[in-house]
Amino acid sequence: MPYEPVLLARIHKPDSTRLEGYRADGGYETFARVLKDKQPHEVVQQIKDSGLRGRGGAGFPCGLKWTFLPKDHPGPIYLCVNADESEPCTYNNRILMEKDPHQVLEGVILACYAIRAQKAFYYIRYEYGDAYRATQAAVDELYAAGLLGQNILGSGFNLDIVVHRGAGAYICGEETGLIESLEGKRAWPRIKPPFPAIEGAFRKPTIVNNVETLACVNQILRRGVDWFKSLGVPPDPNNPRDAGSYGPKLYTLAGHVEKPCCVELPMGVSLRELVEKHGGGVWKGRKAKAINPGGLSMGFIRCDAPLKGEDGKTEYDIPLDFNGPGKAGCLGLGTAAVTVIDDQTSMIDVLHNTCQFFAHESCGQCTPCREGTGWMLKIMDRMRRGLGRREDLDILIDVGERIGIMPGTTICGLADGAGWPVKTAIRKFRDEFEAAIKSGAKSPYARSLAMAGH
Amino acid sequence: MPTVYVNDKPVEIGTAKLNCVQAAERAGVFIPHYCWHEALSVVASCRMCLVEVGELKDGKVIMQPKVVPGCQTPVKDGTVIVTGEYDKRDPSLPPLPYDPNYTKIPLGERAKKAQADTLEALLLNHPLDCPVCDKAGECKLQDFSYKYGRSESRMVDVKNTPPNKPHISSTITLFTDRCIMCTRCVRFTREISGTAELQVVGRGHHEEIDIFPGRPLENKLAGNVVDLCPVGALGSKDFLYKQRVWYLKTTEGVCNRCSTGCSTYVDSNKDIVYRLRARTNLQAQGYFICDEGRYGYHHANAAERFVRPVVKTNGRFQPQPWNRLLPQLKQEFTTAAQTHPRGVVAVLSPFLTVEEAYLLGRYFKSLAPEVRLVLGPVPVIGEDDKYPKNARGEPVEPIKFIIRAEKAPNRIGVEEVLKALQGEVIPLATITNETLTALWFAGGYPDPAHLDALIPTRWAMPPLLVTQDILPTMMSAAAKYILPATTGFEKDGTFVNHAGYAQTFSRAVRPPVEVRSELQLAFDLLGRPGLVQPAAIRQEVAAAIPYFAQLGATNPAPPSHHQ
Repeated sequence: MPYEPVLLARIHKPDSTRLEGYRADGGYETFARVLKDKQPHEVVQQIKDSGLRGRGGAGFPCGLKWTFLPKDHPGPIYLCVNADESEPCTYNNRILMEKDPHQVLEGVILACYAIRAQKAFYYIRYEYGDAYRATQAAVDELYAAGLLGQNILGSGFNLDIVVHRGAGAYICGEETGLIESLEGKRAWPRIKPPFPAIEGAFRKPTIVNNVETLACVNQILRRGVDWFKSLGVPPDPNNPRDAGSYGPKLYTLAGHVEKPCCVELPMGVSLRELVEKHGGGVWKGRKAKAINPGGLSMGFIRCDAPLKGEDGKTEYDIPLDFNGPGKAGCLGLGTAAVTVIDDQTSMIDVLHNTCQFFAHESCGQCTPCREGTGWMLKIMDRMRRGLGRREDLDILIDVGERIGIMPGTTICGLADGAGWPVKTAIRKFRDEFEAAIKSGAKSPYARSLAMAGH
Repeated sequence: MPTVYVNDKPVEIGTAKLNCVQAAERAGVFIPHYCWHEALSVVASCRMCLVEVGELKDGKVIMQPKVVPGCQTPVKDGTVIVTGEYDKRDPSLPPLPYDPNYTKIPLGERAKKAQADTLEALLLNHPLDCPVCDKAGECKLQDFSYKYGRSESRMVDVKNTPPNKPHISSTITLFTDRCIMCTRCVRFTREISGTAELQVVGRGHHEEIDIFPGRPLENKLAGNVVDLCPVGALGSKDFLYKQRVWYLKTTEGVCNRCSTGCSTYVDSNKDIVYRLRARTNLQAQGYFICDEGRYGYHHANAAERFVRPVVKTNGRFQPQPWNRLLPQLKQEFTTAAQTHPRGVVAVLSPFLTVEEAYLLGRYFKSLAPEVRLVLGPVPVIGEDDKYPKNARGEPVEPIKFIIRAEKAPNRIGVEEVLKALQGEVIPLATITNETLTALWFAGGYPDPAHLDALIPTRWAMPPLLVTQDILPTMMSAAAKYILPATTGFEKDGTFVNHAGYAQTFSRAVRPPVEVRSELQLAFDLLGRPGLVQPAAIRQEVAAAIPYFAQLGATNPAPPSHHQ
């Protein structure tokens, strides 16, 4: 039986963005019910019980994050909605915001009720104009309907939502970068600890949640913990650190597929099934060579490489849950944005594009990332012009290994994400890189690099 | 007692709140750093101070699996710090019980590699133009690369070459390509001066320090960003291309431009002062100095300086050698004091050191007890200028730096000498309406305009006027004798600042050859035999005047801080 979408259930309805349409589908009934029947701590407990993990990339348990707030804090406590969706090829938040903003906003309101926040900042990246307008219109509707503001529905609960438009930078998706940017500063991620739950926006306790996470919060409170846990993958008994991957997930497909799309499926669908069945297979009848399973910073899988410990399976068969991409050496599930690279595309061009992105988006605060991303781009640029050297591959891996929060050399995780695709691409496609270096062939896409060495 | 272990060496930290860099310093281990500065906020972004840390607990050391920035990591009882120089530790110390799994990679190797990696990264886009860089010789990028870096670069690609920015300030220039983005300068203008002229523009490896267009770095503390810059990016236009720093001799001085009495470093070569820098002294001013003080040394090198004694004969000043001049002066003042002691006055300026004021005062009081000692004019310009400032230019608490309105270094010191020698401080105003027969004006004002503003224009100067000063003033114009004075860099002595804090400093350069120091002159007038030894006179002052008793103790030099 095909899975019936929940998060995307309304996106094709006419007027899906309007309040009356959302209400006709039972919208804000959950909120009214929770406001009447449940205490905030009960909501937190319910989210904790559901095993909901953050959809923004790191997969941190949402309910657990909420419990990090100081107990009995006099306030204010803030919620920041992270809608700075900047990972390449990722657009699951965008669809929710553009097509069903009220579903997210109800999640925002419920989350604020749970964490006792009276103000939420909805941080939308600049490039998302339609999403911004749809969200702002929906917030205006809520104020007009008395669902935001003071003493909502006579309950004594107050909430304001401020829709904030960013200025377009990847680093603003890092939660403390987002907070700095929101405060009007340069989005340089903060040193942690203190974590935002203790000292966040405007030095007050702050929770930063992703758009899709908040949509899930809405659906969990509407349909219950059992529904949520009936979907997805339970924790791996052999991995004590796995918290399980429950619930539905929006997967976006991009790159060389026949049908780029955003599909909602229970967690744990295999990469092969997602591409072949939901994406209509690789385009032009070609074969997939490499796939980026969860946003660029998660690294690459090689489709014909055998999967370690699983007989007869290749890396193409990894399940897309929080644990799956790790089995193939990727950083994690990330944003579940799948980018397919066909067998006619050079990995050198792919990696060049990757390095260009991270060199452009490194905020420049920490030396290893600022200089490392730029260096990797310069090396890749030279390699693309047919002037690569074999030792460049070792330098790239060395730099990729040494920058990031994991080796301890940077403040935030951007550098880990910048290094991971470099490491995985070179390790998995070393033959191709070495052949290209040996042949000295220039990529047909090579041109002078606007970003390097000006 | 809370104990921290640095490369196995235990060091007690007491109740102090320290980070790893500070704790290691107490153990005698230096952790290199760029962005961290004691007076500025912690950003932990340069990643030079990476160390390995762990905790000694229940007889075992649990190390963190990754390197951490030492500047951002606080220490507590039992913290174990392993630096990149672990292999240079004291071998006699017993090693701590480290986890054998951790020590599969030798201790300190992780930190050492991380630091070398950081230096490699910093040099990727650095022009390596040390031969033409003013900072060469005192550059932290040079020093640390030499000590902790690799000998060759693996970078073969084109370096970024952002344009230089000489327009960022009238006193400071920015060599953009040399910058390592430690942001000390940006934080200084935000946190200490509060004027926030500097900012970071661009992203990633194209990031640069810049100003907002049309808003240059012009504040009275701006020069400090040059001291703060660990590399040759920010250069002082005043010092640019004047000297290679390894030719400079550094002496600990005290600024004489206001009553704060900032501790300074005086950098000189061949008896010419080329540069003043801040010397950290929390008892005086803290970590910084103002631009008035920083660039306030040019009077010492000025062409119009008095460099030899002159006598007015037939309306013109003629040089006269000291050996003829001194007996003449002594004789004239002795006669004047014998005929009419109330008509003899010695003005002792607040620019004199305690020792000079004491000896000169002793001489004039020895002529006759009725001879009066008068405190010289004390320039007060405006109000105390407090920093940091907010956007409206108002000072913001907590105040981190004050440029004082009183533009003299030693009013309190001279006053205390006067009180001790004649029981009271007589201001200049009491004598300007009297008819005097002889006046000795011991000046030493670095800024003649400050003095001229305080001299009454209708003051009928006595026929016997001796003016001792650095530069021409109204007092020197009216004088019969002009004696050259020494600047604050050309003498040993003690200043007492606004808060009563006495600082002794030593001579950085010799005065021009024919200039006789005030102390020497007083010595000669008193007819004392032998060499002038400022330290001995200091002891004499300490013994004679209870206020200065502390100077009698062997005066410990203020601790010099590594910056």
